[in-house]
Amino acid sequence: MTVEELYEMRDRERERLARLRERIYCCSAAGCLSCGSESVRRALAAEIEARGLKGQVEVCGSGCMGLCSRGPLVRTQSDGAIYAQLTPDEALWLLSEDPAERRRLEAKRLDLNDPFFTRQLKIVLANSGYIDPESVHDYVAMGGYQALAKVLTEMTPEEVIEEIKASGLRGRGGAGYPTGLKWELVRRQPGDIKYVICNADEGDPGAFMDRSVLEGDPHRVLEGMAIAAYAVGAQQGYIYVRGEYGLAIQRLQLAIRQAERERLLGNRIFETTFGFRVDLRIGAGAFVCGEETALIASIEGKRGTPRQRPPYPPERGLWGKPTLINNVETFANVPPIIMNGARWFASIGTETSKGTKVFALAGAVRNTGLVEVPMGTPLRTILFEIGGGVPEGRQFKAAQTGGPSGGCIPAELLDVPVDYESLAAIGSIMGSGGLIVLDDSSSMVDVARFFMEFCMDESCGKCIPCRAGTVQMHEILCRFSRREATRQDLELLEELCVLLKETSLCGLGQTAPNPVMSTLRYFRHEYEARLTDREGGAQ
Amino acid sequence: MSAQTSVNSPERSSGQAVDQRAKMLERAMSRHHYAGDALLEVLHTAQELYGYLSPGLLREIARKLRLPPSHVYGVATFYHFFTLQPRGEHTVMVCMGTACYVKGALGLLEVLERRCARAGSTSPDGKVSVGTARCVGACGLAPVIVWDGEILGRVTPQELNRRLDALAVAEVRDDG
Ligand SMILES: Cc1cc2nc3c(=O)[nH]c(=O)nc-3n(C[C@H](O)[C@H](O)[C@H](O)COP(=O)(O)O)c2cc1C
Ligand code: FES
Repeated sequence: MTVEELYEMRDRERERLARLRERIYCCSAAGCLSCGSESVRRALAAEIEARGLKGQVEVCGSGCMGLCSRGPLVRTQSDGAIYAQLTPDEALWLLSEDPAERRRLEAKRLDLNDPFFTRQLKIVLANSGYIDPESVHDYVAMGGYQALAKVLTEMTPEEVIEEIKASGLRGRGGAGYPTGLKWELVRRQPGDIKYVICNADEGDPGAFMDRSVLEGDPHRVLEGMAIAAYAVGAQQGYIYVRGEYGLAIQRLQLAIRQAERERLLGNRIFETTFGFRVDLRIGAGAFVCGEETALIASIEGKRGTPRQRPPYPPERGLWGKPTLINNVETFANVPPIIMNGARWFASIGTETSKGTKVFALAGAVRNTGLVEVPMGTPLRTILFEIGGGVPEGRQFKAAQTGGPSGGCIPAELLDVPVDYESLAAIGSIMGSGGLIVLDDSSSMVDVARFFMEFCMDESCGKCIPCRAGTVQMHEILCRFSRREATRQDLELLEELCVLLKETSLCGLGQTAPNPVMSTLRYFRHEYEARLTDREGGAQ
Repeated sequence: MSAQTSVNSPERSSGQAVDQRAKMLERAMSRHHYAGDALLEVLHTAQELYGYLSPGLLREIARKLRLPPSHVYGVATFYHFFTLQPRGEHTVMVCMGTACYVKGALGLLEVLERRCARAGSTSPDGKVSVGTARCVGACGLAPVIVWDGEILGRVTPQELNRRLDALAVAEVRDDG
């Protein structure tokens, strides 16, 4: 297709949508699906058919609308309202032209002036809940693939890289490496064959941001990858997606087929000399495969064990070729940066952390779900205004970010701004976006033990500090859980923290002690209270 | 997901089905030109078709892809997703992600381990395979189980017990 044809397709779809009296979006993300959103959608579709409303009213699926704890969520296009916990029968009232019918649902209508909605800023999730993720036309109608058209017809690869550098975008996969610099590294490597990989392995065991992006707006990720491929000089891309993410895999497969059919992927995209293909690689349930060198080994069909870096993947990656690896959310930020400009993006966030971050908010908060906020938003705002605070008279105890590589943030630090540096300074990390709230019923020793058990199970066994160290640390933490630990155990635990951090081969082992170190830092008394030889004698 | 759980072990199916599956596996391998680096894709397909990876199946794949059997076995056992044991009629996974853990997933796993089998194995009567997962993306509904591929949220031990009762899973004394 040509650029003109893209605009025609956009306008045609916009006109078609404008002719509809109503379009009803039923959230079809994992959370709402398990609350029966499919039966709501089926009921609506059947009724539209039966009443002959085709061409006037349309029902479709959509990506995550955010407030997962109140599912199934349904959004109506004509008035922008979102309804929560609808039954199939109730949903049918939305089909009537008589406004009185709709008013019967007033009690189920969400207040969009609630801080949950007003405090958020959606860039990555801008389309989620507003388009049918199974339709390329919907994505194009929202301006999709225009950024790709722009870079291919108006920008040199160097200009694209400059734009991304100027935007200040940093990797959303955890480490926060500047994205533009990484692209430049790959671009500078000699050789014709280069690869672009999208890391969709999302390993943090309490997080589903990337999954929601893939399920809700898969074309956005493809477009971001294609722009990256043009910038670095790659013709082939891979998306490495978790095997557990069945729906995301289906949606991606469909999106790739649609993009190929419309010639938005493949040879001579927009009639230029640039060609790019994307293949899916399905993970098989190994956390360590989120680490970039392990991920590459896994795509090559081997056991997913990491290797020593350097050389880093930009120099020597997939099949020994220069390879760019970025996270799903990183790629999803690229098209809006190209369309709205680096300056726009850089105006959001803090000095060193630009743009927004998506968090999967869960645990002991009223509103659980998916939220996106500008970098630098105080943690308190996210948890208490957006999240609605801790329910039912329980007390806030700590927030955990960064999953098994992260740390716990106690109540006295709730005003910390959420950006890479501030979180690191207090012993946690931004991580990929898992944000779990713990109340006073949780034992911090138990939380540390939980994450250590995870790291122990997931250690690939290649390096000894991680393989043996996680087992030892887990064993000691179990002794604390059983109240059988001694002072010597506590000392050994602290010693092992340093050992793992400094001598492990990859990030898994290096960061495995983080949950222990941060709970020791802020909740040491909980460990000491469990010592058998603590001052004042045994229990 | 549902495809995997509905496939039974080869012994339980008719000869014709076996034939069909072997053909489909062959097709998957030829699509990848019998390249060794397609091993993961081939294993995924094999498990989808047969439900699990038997020693014979692994040897066959090794031969066709011209890989040492030790390599194929090494890869198949490295990844949690692959199972070398036949599955039960039903597969029940408890999400042990952080959100589910803090909301009582352990209690659900205890019910399953007491009544059915340890995580990662199948009950003696072959009815239920028990497994654990790490965050299935429905943290807002924690604790979550995946029952034959269907995500169920806010599950209580009572509800889980009722579901097991419905399968006539007997209350066993201790897991053995
Ligand atoms: C043990 C381990 C697990 C990781 N898991 C993920 C993951 O699930 N998703 C991800 O994007 N990055 C993960 N990473 C980080 C990647 O190695 C890599 O830094 C990242 O994909 C780069 O993309 P970015 O620059 O866009 O963040 C992990 C790293 C380690 C050490
Ligand atoms: S932790 Fe269980 S669904 Fe996320």
